Amino acid sequence: MAETALTATGESSARIAGWRGIAADWSSDQRAFKNVSWGKAMMWIFLLSDTFIFSCFLLSYMTTRMSTTVPWPDTSEVFALDIGGKHIPMILIAIMTFVLISSSGTMAMAVNFGYRRDRVKTAALMLATAAFGATFVSMQGFEWTKLIMEGVRPWGNPWGAEQFGSCFFLITGFHGTHVTIGVIFLIAIARKVLRGDFDVERRGFFTSRKGYYEIVEITGLYWHFVDLVWVFIFAFFYLW
Amino acid sequence: MTNAAVHVEGPQPSLQAHVHDAAAPAAHAKGQQHPIKLYLVVWGWLFVLSTCSFLVDYFGIQGNLRWSLIVLFMVLKAGLIVAVFMHMAWERLALAYAILLPPVLVLVFVTIMVLESDYTRLIRLLFFASST
Repeated sequence: MAETALTATGESSARIAGWRGIAADWSSDQRAFKNVSWGKAMMWIFLLSDTFIFSCFLLSYMTTRMSTTVPWPDTSEVFALDIGGKHIPMILIAIMTFVLISSSGTMAMAVNFGYRRDRVKTAALMLATAAFGATFVSMQGFEWTKLIMEGVRPWGNPWGAEQFGSCFFLITGFHGTHVTIGVIFLIAIARKVLRGDFDVERRGFFTSRKGYYEIVEITGLYWHFVDLVWVFIFAFFYLW
Repeated sequence: MTNAAVHVEGPQPSLQAHVHDAAAPAAHAKGQQHPIKLYLVVWGWLFVLSTCSFLVDYFGIQGNLRWSLIVLFMVLKAGLIVAVFMHMAWERLALAYAILLPPVLVLVFVTIMVLESDYTRLIRLLFFASST
C-alpha cells in the first residue's frame, strides 16, 4: 500500500493549465509534479544537475578559448580523415553524431513498445540502442588514439593553443563516460524486460520495489540526455 | 475567491481519487503513448539538421553566418529531442518550467565569463606580448 502511494501518480490530469496551473501545482501542501512518478521526476532533476556540470565544462572551454592569445587549432582539420584517398573534414564526428541520433530514435521507439507491453520488441530496440552507444564509444576511442598518436596532450598539441587538449579530453571524456554508463544501464534494463520482470511486477534486487515499464522511459530520458549533450558539444567544440 | 471555494469543495473528490488509485495501480499501464510515425519523423529531421550543421563546416562558411547557423541547428535539434523524444511537450508546465528554466539562467554565467575572458585576454596582450 505504502509503495503504491509512492509510485502511483494519484492525481487526475484534469487540472488548471498555463501559468495559473504552475501556481496551483506548486502551492499548498502537496506534491508539485502531479502526473509524474517519483522515479521520472528524480531522473529529470538528476539530468538538470548534469546539465549544470556540462554547462560548466563548456563554459570553461569558452573562457579558455576566448582568453588565449594563441590561435585555437582548426578543429575542421584536426578531426579530418582520409577515406578512400579523399580528405574529408570532420567526417568521423559526423558519423558519430548520426550513430548517436539513431540510438536516440531506437530508444524512443523502445519506450513506445514498452508501454504497449511488447517485451521482445522493447528489449530488441533497447539492445540496438546499446549497440549504437557501444559503436559511438569505440569510435571515440579511435578518435582519442588518433589524437594522442598525433601528439595531443592535456598540456599541449602541435597546432596551437595548449588548452585545446585539456578541453578536448575533459569534455569528450566525460561525455563518453556518460555513454558507457548508459550502455550498461540499457543492457541491465533490457535483460529485465526480456525476462518479463515488468509484466509480473517482480521486485528489484536492490530497492525491492516492484518494476514497471516506466523504467524504460526513465532509461530513455537518460539516454536522450546523452544525445542532447552531444548536440551541444558538436556545435560548440567541434563546429565553432 | 473562486479559488477558495474550490479548495473547500476540493478534499472529498481528490480523497476518493486517492483511494481509487491505491486500489488499482493500473495508472502505470498508460504512460506516454504516441504513434511510432511521430518518432520516425523527428528522427528524420534530426538527421537533416545534423547534415546541415555538418555541411556548414564542409563548405567552410565563416563569420557570423557560421555561428548563427550552427546555433540555429543546435537549438532546433535540442528542442526536438527534449520536446518529442523526452516527452516534455506532453508534461505539465510545472515540470517543464522547473527543468527547462534553470539551464536558461546559465546564460547569465556565460555573460559574466565572456566579460571576464575579454579582460584576461586584454591583460595578456598588454603584459605578455610586450615581454617577448
